Amino acid sequence: MMKMIRRNLYLILGAVAFLAAFVWLLTTRGPLAPVGVELASVSRADLSPSVYGIGTLEAQHAYAVGPIQAGRILRVLVDQGDTVKAGQLLAEVDPVDLRQRAEAARNGVGRARQAAQAAQAQVTEADSRAKLAQANSDRYAALVKQKFIAREMADSRQHEATAAGAALAAARANAAGAQREISRAEAELKGIGQLQSSLRLLSPVDGVVTAREAEPGATVVAGQAVVRLVDPDRLWVRARVDQARAQGIQVGQKADIVLRSAPGKALPGKVARIDLQSDAVTEERIVNVAFEAAPGQLYLGELAEVDIHLLDTRNVLTVPRAAIAQRNNQPGVWQMVDGHARFKTVQLGVHTAERVQVVSGLAEGDSLIVYSAKQLDEEVRVREQKLTQP
Amino acid sequence: MINLARRDIAHHLKSYLLTGLGLGLLIGVTLTMAGVYRGMVDDAKVLLRAVDADIWVVQQNTLGPFAEPSSVPDDLYRALLGLDGVVQAGNVSFLTMQVSREGKSQRVMVAGFEQGKPGGPAFLIAGRPISRAHYEAVADTKTGFRVGDVVRIRRNDYTVVGLTRRMVSSNGDPMLFIPLKDAQEAQFLKDNDAIVEDRQRLATNPAINRPGQPGVLGAVQAIQTSSHKVNAVLLRVQPGTDARALADSIARWQRYTAYTRDDMEEILVAKLIATAAKQIGLFLIILAVVSAAIVAFIIYTMTLGKIKEIAVLKLIGARDRSIAAMIMQEALGLGVIGFFVGKFAATLWAPAFPKYVLLETGDALRAFVLTLVVCALASVLAIRAALKIDPAEAIGG
Repeated sequence: MMKMIRRNLYLILGAVAFLAAFVWLLTTRGPLAPVGVELASVSRADLSPSVYGIGTLEAQHAYAVGPIQAGRILRVLVDQGDTVKAGQLLAEVDPVDLRQRAEAARNGVGRARQAAQAAQAQVTEADSRAKLAQANSDRYAALVKQKFIAREMADSRQHEATAAGAALAAARANAAGAQREISRAEAELKGIGQLQSSLRLLSPVDGVVTAREAEPGATVVAGQAVVRLVDPDRLWVRARVDQARAQGIQVGQKADIVLRSAPGKALPGKVARIDLQSDAVTEERIVNVAFEAAPGQLYLGELAEVDIHLLDTRNVLTVPRAAIAQRNNQPGVWQMVDGHARFKTVQLGVHTAERVQVVSGLAEGDSLIVYSAKQLDEEVRVREQKLTQP
Repeated sequence: MINLARRDIAHHLKSYLLTGLGLGLLIGVTLTMAGVYRGMVDDAKVLLRAVDADIWVVQQNTLGPFAEPSSVPDDLYRALLGLDGVVQAGNVSFLTMQVSREGKSQRVMVAGFEQGKPGGPAFLIAGRPISRAHYEAVADTKTGFRVGDVVRIRRNDYTVVGLTRRMVSSNGDPMLFIPLKDAQEAQFLKDNDAIVEDRQRLATNPAINRPGQPGVLGAVQAIQTSSHKVNAVLLRVQPGTDARALADSIARWQRYTAYTRDDMEEILVAKLIATAAKQIGLFLIILAVVSAAIVAFIIYTMTLGKIKEIAVLKLIGARDRSIAAMIMQEALGLGVIGFFVGKFAATLWAPAFPKYVLLETGDALRAFVLTLVVCALASVLAIRAALKIDPAEAIGG
């Protein structure tokens, strides 16, 4: 009989233990379990918001040096990486027949000078003729007054004097024309000289050669670059910042620049210019961030990340950003009230990567749900629990 | 009146409990199979639930981003936002690919979304949401990633900043959320060798690289490497707006295909996983039938094993009703023990499965009723056999 009772006791104990385990399993792991959540509280903190963008290392000014008309490259004197001074000869375009044309123009000038001398001599001759004819005419006019000769003879002399005067005027005009011809020929010579000097491609600035795009013998068109230059002291990162996050960026704000080649090293920089023209297709604002102190060797076109530091906000109510949820297109947080989830609409201010400012809706010390094991819904049963192992 | 069943069970307690345990494990396997089936269907829907979009706008005449490739311009959302009733519009892109972490590669579905717009993870279990416009990721915990891990997608390294749970593609691949622009790049950007080869190919093409027109080649190359496409645009509409009518109007006037949430669910469940689900479903049915048969046989043979005892009972004058009640009670008892052990086992091992196993309470109730019905039917057969036993067998045999 004792054996029977003990056996029954074991049986009952076993059944109870099994049922307890079953209920425990169902309520902690099964569908009836409350949603596990992790809580945090509203606390005051200083926020240092920043805006992130990526861009490429570019020169503020890039110079493409090329000829103003089509031609063949005669020689290129510099190569990539060379440092050049303003006015230094970089390359030369083949002048083809320009030297001969200059020679012809020079000869033209000489000829014009000689023509001018001839014209001047003619003026002298005409002047002398005119003077003689005038003297003769005056003499004959006096004789006519005294009636020594016929009037017809005096008229004839008068005509000769007038004709000589006209010849003098013509010779003078010729001489002036010859002078102008000298100017014209000289101008032409000068033009050819200018053309010749334009075939010599000179550096407009002190800079560094970044590309040598044509080799001797190649034919280039007007405007095509033969050599590209940048000013190495004026490099910056042309960063693209999402328009949605670009509010608050101002010229002069500090920024960290991280080059792709040195991912662990942040170089100090500052916002140098914000382009007025944004990229409408990618919806990004162009922010140019200059280096505070130019680091040694930089490579153009390198990818760089910039972190622009906006105005700090001091001592404001903040919550973790992971706590922010959306419900009916309203931002808010979930709170645990008597073991149930309740949504609370809040107004948000500035945010950093980790925390966000709460403008209204919550008070300091309020508890709220940061993480949840499932998507929360109004009145869902929740239970505080560690969701991930550290 | 004396309860024969209790006495009999107490007499053979060990073997009775072991039989119940065996049955239970069998029922547990059947329940798990049902869970696998439900989990598969749930996997297909989980993304839709999490994204919580009312309308999916995809390339014309395609079945959306999951069942068929779809690409739409990424500025389409501007036109859609202008429609009456649309509150939010978000570009998304999805791409199943291998990502590598510490040299090990892992299959994930990379989802690109715009912060603050539909398409992102609905909740987090650790870390923080994505805050930068590039190179940050939120991963499903099934990927095995942890906050702070660095994963490589194509040519860029991404830092995992947050973890979420139950975010899988319809194939059950865990999801990795990254900013949209990065996802566009990951999806459409070619590898470096291909880019260089393409450049050379273009440079040797006389139609593009003409002497005397040095700018053309650069322009063509620039066009080839930029992408302004996304896979779908998600819309949320104002409460009270008829999503069906809005979707129809988008299809008619914007010349894109638009699906409501129900359409999308239909595509994902009925089209994308149809064959796999049918396969599992058929197997589940066979397993259930076989389990029921085994349960019935066990109860039947258990009864037949007691022929001698029943004959003795009959001999000492036990009534047929008492014997029938004993057999019936023992059978139902086995069923109850089996069901609870099975449910216990299934709940215990379900989380260990690599893909989601969803144990629905409704399925459990159905299984309970089914178990009891099968036990009752099996016991009826056993009772018929027991009642035919000749009391003389107690002495003979």
